[in-house]
Amino acid sequence: MNRRVLLIEDEPNILEAIRFLLTREGWQVETHSDGTDAVEVVRQAGPDLVILDMMLPGRSGMDILRDLRGIDALARLPVLMLTARGQSRDRDMAEKAGVSRFMTKPFSNAEVLTAVRDLLAQATRT
Amino acid sequence: MSRRPQPVFLERQGYRRRRLADAARLLPILGAALLAVPLLWPRADAPGGGVPMSTAFLYVFGVWAGLIALAAGFGLRARRRVGRGEDSPHGPGPA
Amino acid sequence: MSLLNLVVAVCLAYVAVLFLVAFAADRLAARGRATWLKSPLVYTLSLSIYCTGWTFYGAVGYAARSGLEFVTIYLGPTLVMVGWWWGLRKLVRIGRSQRITSIADLISSRYGKSNLLAIGVTILCVISITPYISLQLQSITLSFSALADFDPESQYSEGGVVFWMTAGLAVFAILFGTRNLDANERHHGVVTAIALEAVIKLLALLAVGVFVVWSLSGGVEETLARIDASPIGTWQVDGGRWASITFLAAAAFVCLPRMFQVMVVENDDERHLRTAAWAFPLYLLLISLFVLPIAAVGLDLMPAGTNPDQFVLTLPLSQDRPMLALLSFLGGFSSATSMVIVAAMALSTMVSNHIVMPVWLLFKGSGASVSGDVRHVVLMARRVSIGGIMALGYAYYQLSGGGAALASIGLIAFAGIAQILPALVGGLFWRGATRLGTLAGLSVGFALWLWTSFLPGLGGGLIPEEVMLHGPLGLAWLRPEALFGITGLPPIVHSTLWSLSLNAAAFCIVSLFTFPTPMERLQGAQFVNVFDHSAGPSGWTGSVAKSEDLMIMSQRILGAREARSLFAQAAAEQELPGQLPEPTPGFVERLERVLSGSVGAAAAHAMVGQIVGGSAVSVEDLLAVADETAQMLEHSSQLEAKSAELSRTARQLREANEKLTQISLQKDAFLSQVSHELRTPMTSVRAFSEILRDTEGLGAEEQKRYATIIHDEALRLTRLLDDLLDLSVLESGAVSLNMREGSLADVLDRAVAVAGAGFDAPLSVNRDRAVEAIALHTDLDRLAQVFINLIANAQKYCDAEAPALDILARVRADRLEVDFIDNGSGVPADVQAIVFEKFFRVSAEKAGGAGLGLAICREIMQRLGGDISYLADHGGGAFRVSLPLAQRMAAE
Repeated sequence: MNRRVLLIEDEPNILEAIRFLLTREGWQVETHSDGTDAVEVVRQAGPDLVILDMMLPGRSGMDILRDLRGIDALARLPVLMLTARGQSRDRDMAEKAGVSRFMTKPFSNAEVLTAVRDLLAQATRT
Repeated sequence: MSRRPQPVFLERQGYRRRRLADAARLLPILGAALLAVPLLWPRADAPGGGVPMSTAFLYVFGVWAGLIALAAGFGLRARRRVGRGEDSPHGPGPA
Repeated sequence: MSLLNLVVAVCLAYVAVLFLVAFAADRLAARGRATWLKSPLVYTLSLSIYCTGWTFYGAVGYAARSGLEFVTIYLGPTLVMVGWWWGLRKLVRIGRSQRITSIADLISSRYGKSNLLAIGVTILCVISITPYISLQLQSITLSFSALADFDPESQYSEGGVVFWMTAGLAVFAILFGTRNLDANERHHGVVTAIALEAVIKLLALLAVGVFVVWSLSGGVEETLARIDASPIGTWQVDGGRWASITFLAAAAFVCLPRMFQVMVVENDDERHLRTAAWAFPLYLLLISLFVLPIAAVGLDLMPAGTNPDQFVLTLPLSQDRPMLALLSFLGGFSSATSMVIVAAMALSTMVSNHIVMPVWLLFKGSGASVSGDVRHVVLMARRVSIGGIMALGYAYYQLSGGGAALASIGLIAFAGIAQILPALVGGLFWRGATRLGTLAGLSVGFALWLWTSFLPGLGGGLIPEEVMLHGPLGLAWLRPEALFGITGLPPIVHSTLWSLSLNAAAFCIVSLFTFPTPMERLQGAQFVNVFDHSAGPSGWTGSVAKSEDLMIMSQRILGAREARSLFAQAAAEQELPGQLPEPTPGFVERLERVLSGSVGAAAAHAMVGQIVGGSAVSVEDLLAVADETAQMLEHSSQLEAKSAELSRTARQLREANEKLTQISLQKDAFLSQVSHELRTPMTSVRAFSEILRDTEGLGAEEQKRYATIIHDEALRLTRLLDDLLDLSVLESGAVSLNMREGSLADVLDRAVAVAGAGFDAPLSVNRDRAVEAIALHTDLDRLAQVFINLIANAQKYCDAEAPALDILARVRADRLEVDFIDNGSGVPADVQAIVFEKFFRVSAEKAGGAGLGLAICREIMQRLGGDISYLADHGGGAFRVSLPLAQRMAAE
């Protein structure tokens, strides 16, 4: 089972770190680093999971999430959202927008792996 | 303020002036009383006969002249005081 | 020459003399040389218009019919005069201080300047006085006919005499009563003429009296004996009539328009009253002294059926003393003419002021504000009014047939005029008297007087016999001479009793139950308390006192400090020592303007005018009004203020809230930015250090690469923290500048060297060293920091193939300007405005710093007194640093 994860993150070092972790766990990782066309990229790539940074150039992760939830086919796609702005309001907004899991940077690698595992498992069960 | 506090006790001159003003004020009352006296006199048809007109004439004009004399007396005294500069600019006594 | 012709000639000559006297007096007064005209003697003599033709002839007739009762007509005024301290003093003071023009004006003024009252009083006066004027015409006519009876050759026509008499008197009144419009309504010419007439009539009556007593009777003793022997030889007087006529005469003496005219309006000096208080009663005594002897002797000597009203004239004639009769005639003529002239003048003032002018103004509309225009109209109105009143008197005389019916008119007129008394006395002594009370009292009194006295007294069947006997519509209790079933009283007593008592009752009751307007209250206070605050007889009005009063009032309205500074400033401008300026027109005008801001223009004008104009309003009253106004203002302004305060508070809260929200938003934005900038490198550091720690079998290459990332990110963190600290210090203003001397070239050298270090391909920097030789006095390190930042930015962001930076320095108007222009694509137009904001970055990939560099640059330049701006339209990225050189100039 070669699960595909789409990682949307503009910070190259963080992008590299997460790709390293997930690839080692056996997932297929695709990356994107711009917010503007993120929704289209998600739709075409059709990943099993999206890891989405909140602050992206061009478009905010929150808007992208809302758009994704507005597309029928993507309404139940697991989305793990990352943010570097430690504000609880962002978590509330993200949950309202339909985020699957919300994580504040900096995170431990184990946290990311657990979250991705859980989300993929839930998606498989349902 | 134009209403200056007035002393309760005045020196002798001021006191005299006040009493003069009182007397001047009493004058018409005195006059009215004296001129009402003839009304008490017996009328012509009374048992003892009436008061002769000459008597009445002398009485009325006597009272009249007396009133004039008193009024003139007050007026002259008040004027003399004004002449001596004792009259206050607001007139003697309270109005 | 026949006697009648002689009389006519003497009359004409006499009138001519009067004209001359009046004319001369007016001329003297106009030149200000009429001091003797203003003597108490003239004032006293002018009061003698009280003694009319009715008095002159009628008193003897009265005495012949009713004995001593006639003296009541003179005793009333005597009591009023000797009691001047009670009422007249106040009346005259008020009349002078309020510039009252007539009795109607007085009543109207007292009750809040009500024109309705003025009209009412005017109508009452005209109705009462017109028959009285007819009475004078009759007395002159009768005297003519009495003379004619003794003149066998006479071709006397009564109608012609009356007409020409009336016309002549009207002309005289118009000529001297309406020559000019004096603000004080004083007529020196007329007053002097009537003073002369007063002397003539007194002399005439005394002459006849002396003739009767010493020539006809042979001495005082004999005369008294003759009186006792005559039909009026016993004291026989009705007590009610005695008292009520005395009272009516006293009331009429004060209320009669002509008396008010000479006593109050024409009064030049209040102190004249003191003399008149005894001199006028003396005049009255003298004029009535011989009335009884003349009557007694006349009754004795004249044939039965002779009109006793003409004894003064017929007695000398019958004794063949034509010259004495002529003098007597002249006396009667004087009495009648002086009364008619002054009465017509006084009435015309009232009619024109209170009826004609308001009507004219009403029709004219608002365009009548031109003063000259109005003066002319007022004079015309006076003249027409005099003509009208005289015509009315003449018409009345003709209609009534001039018979005996007129004889009782004198007392009836007195009773009518006396209806003003409650309003007058109440107005002078009772502050609670109101306009409505006065209106009610006057109406009741006027109506009752008309019903019980005037209409029945006129005769001629104005009230049918049936009504007189049984009342209107059979209502017996409304019988004119037995109101409410009270019978057996003499008509005049009955009428006086009812009309005056119900008048006074209505006046008091309605006054008690109504509330006066502020104007009424102010006027009431001014009238009742006139002595507390008007200037005394000597006319002492110190200007400083005025200033003091103005000051006190202003303090009440403006507040103490503001008023004091206003006055002190004015005093300083007038170069006066102390705090009180002279009340110059300029200052008063200014004060009024200032006050009008607080109490409104009209109120301010009235208040200031009252103090400065010397009117008889007390400061206390003004302050009372001011306090009331202030209270009302305060009350309404409190409400206003409360709502204003509420909305202000609400607005402030809203503003504060918005500000807080903004600050909090900015803070939140800043904090989340800082958080983001800190967490981002930390995330990388943590992730890679965990990878290094946890991952088994990492290659050496990978290990080195990940360690380098951790190192770079750690450096990035350090830089960020440095920048944040720097910015925070700069923003808080806690930075201490290290001002030094140096040259621009040196600073730029250093900056270029530092910025270029560590780059593989440093961009080429183009400079003009010759221009850069500019001496600076500033914090050179901070300036260098700005330059370094700008050069490093160009280094980082210039996207040209061969990056190049032009540094152009120039001095323009004491300012140093250094431009940094690269050949890249520059900052996109949409973000040029926010390029200096914190955490601004053109793009994430190129981020070397946290985006604080330009924000720091701007802070530094502002600290140094200069500025930094982005220059649009320069093709590439272009920044301009400007710095003032003033300090350098000063240092040189």
